[in-house]
Amino acid sequence: MSQITLKNVTKEFVTRGGHRVVAVDNFNLTIKEGECFSFLGPSGCGKTTTLRMIAGFEDLSEGEIWLGDKPVSIKSKNLYVPPEERGLGMVFQSFAVWPHLNVFENVAFPLRVMKLPKHEIRERVLSALSHTDLLSSQRVYPSDLSGGQQQRIALARSIVTNPRVMLLDEPLSNLDPKLRESMRFEIKALQKKFNFTIIFVTHDQSEAMALSDRMLVMDLGKIVQVGAPDELYQNPTNKFVYGFLGLSNFLKVEAVKGNVFPKGGAVMPIPFKLPKGVADGDGLLASRPNEIDISMDADGGYPAKIEKRLYMTFCIEYHIRIGKQSIRIHTSHANVFPEGSDCFIHFKNPRWYAKESQEIELERTERQVL
Amino acid sequence: MKYFLTHMFQRKSAMGDRRFGLDQGLFILSLLILVVTVLFPILMIVIRTFFKGTQLDWRLFTQVVLAPENLSAIINTVRIAFMVTVFGTLLGLFYAWLIGRSDIPLKGVMKALFTIPYMFPPFFGAMAWSLMLAPRSGYVNKLFMQLTGGTSPLLNINTIGGIVFVETCYYFPFVFLQVVSALERMDPTLEESARIAGAGQWYVIRKITLPLVLPAIAAGAMLILISSLSHFGVPAILGFSNNIFTLPTKIYQLINRSAGSFQGIREGASLSILLVIVVVAALYLQRLVLKTGHYDIIKGKSMRPMLIKLRGAKIPLLSISLVSLFVIVVVPLFMILIVGFLKAYGLPLKLENLTMRNYQYILGQSKMVQDSIVNSLFLSVSSGVITMFLGVMIAYVVIKVKPKGKGFLEILSLLPYSIPGIVLAIGVILVWSGAFGVNLYNTIWIILIAYIARYVSFAMKSASASLEQVHYSLEEAARSCGATHLESLRDITLPLIRPGMVAGFFLIFLPAMRELTTSVLLYGPFTRTLGVAIYAINSEGNTVQASALATVAIGIIVAGNLALRFITKERKGL
Repeated sequence: MSQITLKNVTKEFVTRGGHRVVAVDNFNLTIKEGECFSFLGPSGCGKTTTLRMIAGFEDLSEGEIWLGDKPVSIKSKNLYVPPEERGLGMVFQSFAVWPHLNVFENVAFPLRVMKLPKHEIRERVLSALSHTDLLSSQRVYPSDLSGGQQQRIALARSIVTNPRVMLLDEPLSNLDPKLRESMRFEIKALQKKFNFTIIFVTHDQSEAMALSDRMLVMDLGKIVQVGAPDELYQNPTNKFVYGFLGLSNFLKVEAVKGNVFPKGGAVMPIPFKLPKGVADGDGLLASRPNEIDISMDADGGYPAKIEKRLYMTFCIEYHIRIGKQSIRIHTSHANVFPEGSDCFIHFKNPRWYAKESQEIELERTERQVL
Repeated sequence: MKYFLTHMFQRKSAMGDRRFGLDQGLFILSLLILVVTVLFPILMIVIRTFFKGTQLDWRLFTQVVLAPENLSAIINTVRIAFMVTVFGTLLGLFYAWLIGRSDIPLKGVMKALFTIPYMFPPFFGAMAWSLMLAPRSGYVNKLFMQLTGGTSPLLNINTIGGIVFVETCYYFPFVFLQVVSALERMDPTLEESARIAGAGQWYVIRKITLPLVLPAIAAGAMLILISSLSHFGVPAILGFSNNIFTLPTKIYQLINRSAGSFQGIREGASLSILLVIVVVAALYLQRLVLKTGHYDIIKGKSMRPMLIKLRGAKIPLLSISLVSLFVIVVVPLFMILIVGFLKAYGLPLKLENLTMRNYQYILGQSKMVQDSIVNSLFLSVSSGVITMFLGVMIAYVVIKVKPKGKGFLEILSLLPYSIPGIVLAIGVILVWSGAFGVNLYNTIWIILIAYIARYVSFAMKSASASLEQVHYSLEEAARSCGATHLESLRDITLPLIRPGMVAGFFLIFLPAMRELTTSVLLYGPFTRTLGVAIYAINSEGNTVQASALATVAIGIIVAGNLALRFITKERKGL
């Protein structure tokens, strides 16, 4: 059994200034066996703290954590299983390979702790090294290897005990973009082979989407939304999730009698139907830059002006002025319009969100500093 | 000072044509100063030991080295240094682990206590412990004999064991500070990943933490070893009366006994060479040890490391640490303070036996003491300022100019680290007492030159540390804005490293204020330093006055430290 259950998990910190910060606020979550599950959120949202509570490096302030049918932390019963007895695999952002041990000894460490016989250690280490493509550098010390290779050592070390659950704490963010991509595939391949459950912590939404079966978006210590990557991308529950999962425009708008007008004095309503249950008033119209069309003839489009054109590798980016606001649009290289010309835009899949209060944004920046 | 510096720079740059620029001028000037102050003395020791006139002569060296009393000094030196290193390292490690990795309370108080031995010269400790544990007159021993009715003392501080104890008290912070800082910089995930791999706390300490901080331990231990090998004050105060000699005290005795005769100085020089050989051997050992563990443990997120819960052991460990720190650190200072107010040494420590007379005498009447305070202040301030600027100049040449002879310059500037103060003093005597037509013997200038040579390594290290933080692009940006080389130095680089320079000044001022080892060989009738005065009064048996003067010195040192702390805090933002 390698299902992971979090019940009412809460973690409070007291900062040096004496402020109480709720890093993780009443988490309830079940991660299924064999699943690749991501915690996604900006820095300071509590995702790493949650992972460290699962690993056993942080005590809970409240709640319970279960691995399968075995409790590992129950605050009310003062039950706490130390990390070394939880039987997990873990890979850290900083790789955390031991500089005083060579590659073989790094990977052999967990087996030596288990006091396995020599030949078995050798066999299992070699097998782990061959899965991570490190066989040729067994006797090398980590400082002589590249970042990617060091991260492979960490991977090999975590799979050598054949754990049922693997915790990955931003394992790819210290690697360069190209390596990052290939390591994603390697992690996926290893999971397929050994069939462990993965909890993956990251602030990179494309990484989370590419890797996970389900993901969780966190903000300010709270779960905002849980679901499969496509569900979340298609149906973000609020402005934060929408903005976090991809490029986005948020046009400040005002709804009057069911008609939506951009703020800043335009007379024409935007062709958009206010969702049910939303009352008149201020709001945000969210759109993705690649889900807006530009044309030179009206054809039901909304009048706007091309402010700037940037030719980029994967698209052309236009900065479009609507009243006093500006939005970004990505089109294919086929659509070249001159700067300064008037145009019409078509929102293909816009969404309405309530505005976020300034306090929330302030809190987010404060947490990042902590 | 700013004027002096710009003036110097301008003269240099004006002097040369275009090919002979400011940088080359600084390089040559640095080289010249270091050759004269550092290299000449060392060369003179070698020449005087091995040459008689122009003739090579090995006999003196072998004769001196094989003399039985010198042989026993060698053995004592090595034995004491070895024991101090072992005990100091163990003590330092224990505290470092408690502070760095356990959940022991009152860490702030303990850390503050640890910085105290750093501030005071070990020979104060020797004086204080002698007040308590001198075999017949020490207060603790007297109390013990009263209680037991016997005539044998509890402990005798005038032994090798006593010397080892006092030196350990003052040198263990070397290991403590090195290891605590290594533990603080160490990426906690290195230990966490071992826990996840299934290893328990003690296994992690043994297999991961300890090997990773081994370079720090080795560096601290070697610092203890070298300091103890070349240490003069403690064996001088505790050993002389019992005929226990180490190499530094033996050298001092040789020079002192010979009253400046050439033969005596030659014999001292021969022993010095031996001492240098021992120290260099220790340094070589250090290099061997450090080579094996060259890796970077400073990276990763700044997560707090997991602290080991001491549970039931918390209160006993806390009590042991606080009591031992109290005994090591606070008690000796208290003893010196109280004895300084005593009417006569040996009187019971009661209120009616206290007096201000000692202070009145030393501060009001004793010309010698007043001279010594003025001398020490003059020497500390002037050597502090001069050496600090010298250090900046050398560091600038080594780090930014990088001329061809940079390696040689660097070695020369770091050489005084490994030259014991007493050896340097002999070298300075050999160079500056007429051998080259300049005779500064018995003047304050010979001490100043010795201080500059002795502390140039400190200055160079601290200046390098701040200069390395100044990216070369900052100076280049100034040049591209139209500033001359000189202007970019004066307006950009120097202001940026000013906080480092102030700290560097105090790094020299503070040890110079309490210096004993070098001055004790160089002082003349009117050029005693504070350290020499305390030492001399104490060896004459005027214990109460020596304690009073030591208290004055403690006051000056504490004020200096507070000033340093204030200044470094103020400039933190820079």
